[in-house]
Amino acid sequence: MLDWLQKLGQSGMGMFQHLGQATLFLLQIIISIPTLFRHPRLLVQELYSVGVLSLAIISVSGLTVGMVLGLQMYNTLVDFGTEDSLGPVVALSLVRELGPVLTALLFSGRAGSALTAEIGLMKATDQLSVMEMMAVDPVRRVVVPRFIAGVISMPLLAAMFSAVGILGSYMVGVGMLGVDDGAFWSQMQHKVSLGADVMNGVIKSVVFGIAAVWIAVFEGYQAVPTTEGVSRATTRTVVHTAFAVLGLDFILTAIMFGDS
Amino acid sequence: MLDNSEAQQQDEMLVRISDVHYARGSRKILQGIDIDIPKGKVTTIMGPSGCGKTTLLRLIGGQLQASQGKVMVDGLDVHALNNDDLYNLRKRMGMLFQSGALFTHLSVFENVAFPVREHTDLSEPLVRALVLMKLQAVGLRGARKLMPAELSGGMARRVALARAIALDPMMMMYDEPFTGQDPITVGIIMQLIRLLNDSLGMTSIIVSHDVQEVCAISDKLYMISDGHVVGEGGPSELQQSGSDWVKQFMNALPDGPVPFHYPADAFAQDLLQGMD
Repeated sequence: MLDWLQKLGQSGMGMFQHLGQATLFLLQIIISIPTLFRHPRLLVQELYSVGVLSLAIISVSGLTVGMVLGLQMYNTLVDFGTEDSLGPVVALSLVRELGPVLTALLFSGRAGSALTAEIGLMKATDQLSVMEMMAVDPVRRVVVPRFIAGVISMPLLAAMFSAVGILGSYMVGVGMLGVDDGAFWSQMQHKVSLGADVMNGVIKSVVFGIAAVWIAVFEGYQAVPTTEGVSRATTRTVVHTAFAVLGLDFILTAIMFGDS
Repeated sequence: MLDNSEAQQQDEMLVRISDVHYARGSRKILQGIDIDIPKGKVTTIMGPSGCGKTTLLRLIGGQLQASQGKVMVDGLDVHALNNDDLYNLRKRMGMLFQSGALFTHLSVFENVAFPVREHTDLSEPLVRALVLMKLQAVGLRGARKLMPAELSGGMARRVALARAIALDPMMMMYDEPFTGQDPITVGIIMQLIRLLNDSLGMTSIIVSHDVQEVCAISDKLYMISDGHVVGEGGPSELQQSGSDWVKQFMNALPDGPVPFHYPADAFAQDLLQGMD
């Protein structure tokens, strides 16, 4: 019993230590952000690798999710004779919830894991050490451009996911199932509010973006510099991001939509 | 107050390591090391694998913090410096890592240009000229467009050397520069270390366990084992040393003060004990 309590205490202490280290690391990143203006090219490169290269998986997933959502919602709505509401139902689901959450999970699997593996391997092959010895701060040179690129990319990718998803549901609902074209768009325009729905979705995607990239770069930077260490760090990035995003989603949803 | 001879001796030394202790967890790696590295000379630190040679280089470069003792480089206490001062000191140091540690996403040219672009505002034609000069010095000007993955191990190390000397440092540190290289590459690297040291007026510190090679190019050698300095002197002095440690190392004897067997229970007892 005592052993069990000791182990519990130890793992609790370890978790708080990890969290403390991650917080200090985030502060270090924030302090180093102004130095990025000296190397704007680095940010452009990372925006391409983190954002542009994620477009394919985000677009395909968005389209599929939108199509499935259109089909499922239609089958329910048609029973009540309200299939004309398909547009706003799909749009609200995507903009408020599915867009930010699924984009963050996909982003973590595609870009987050790649960031962790890349930084971890740089550590394992002494590339970060050699930078330090050349009087170049690896946080400033390697971590900050990737972090900012991730934070900028996430809301844009989430917007892309939602937009393509709405198109997918339009193709299914209007194109295949016969929902009225005008009703689909006009009801969506009427029911979806820019401030309450779209902006809250954007806020969610920014928060998820910060969490996902923070976890990814921290895990890479703290990875044990071995093959196994990098592999474990990559797995941790995906798992921790999933927990963080789902947990944050509940908290943000409660704050944003709890009263309505 | 220092007397004249002591002050003069301090002037002649670029690096002074005094009573340095370093432990990783409960494992003591260095236990009171004293080493002086003279200016303008090639000094080698030898010792068996895992004895703390690379740790010593990282202590000199300020990447690790000694638990006790002092590391002075060019009159500055490395472990008492703030981050900015440490980075300024590192601009005057070069280090060749055992793996080369080239940036895999950059070409040979861009690797060598990296520290120049980071620390100077030179125009592009000047950067190009400087990089080509450094690559010419290591014989790889023709390989400037290659990527690190296209280089052999020896070539990668020479590119890393060109990058390390890009800003003409006062001191170069070489971590196991000959390990895993073919005899021709070993010869080239030996020649480069000596030539660069003498022609650029640098101070070189080599960490290695390749006895023949380092004896051929070093002015002074230190041998460390079990966390202590067990021998020091010129190559011929060490060859004739009476110390068992030094003899075992210099003559590559399989057993001696550094035991062949890792510490364990008696063999017979272990066999009879059954499964762990």
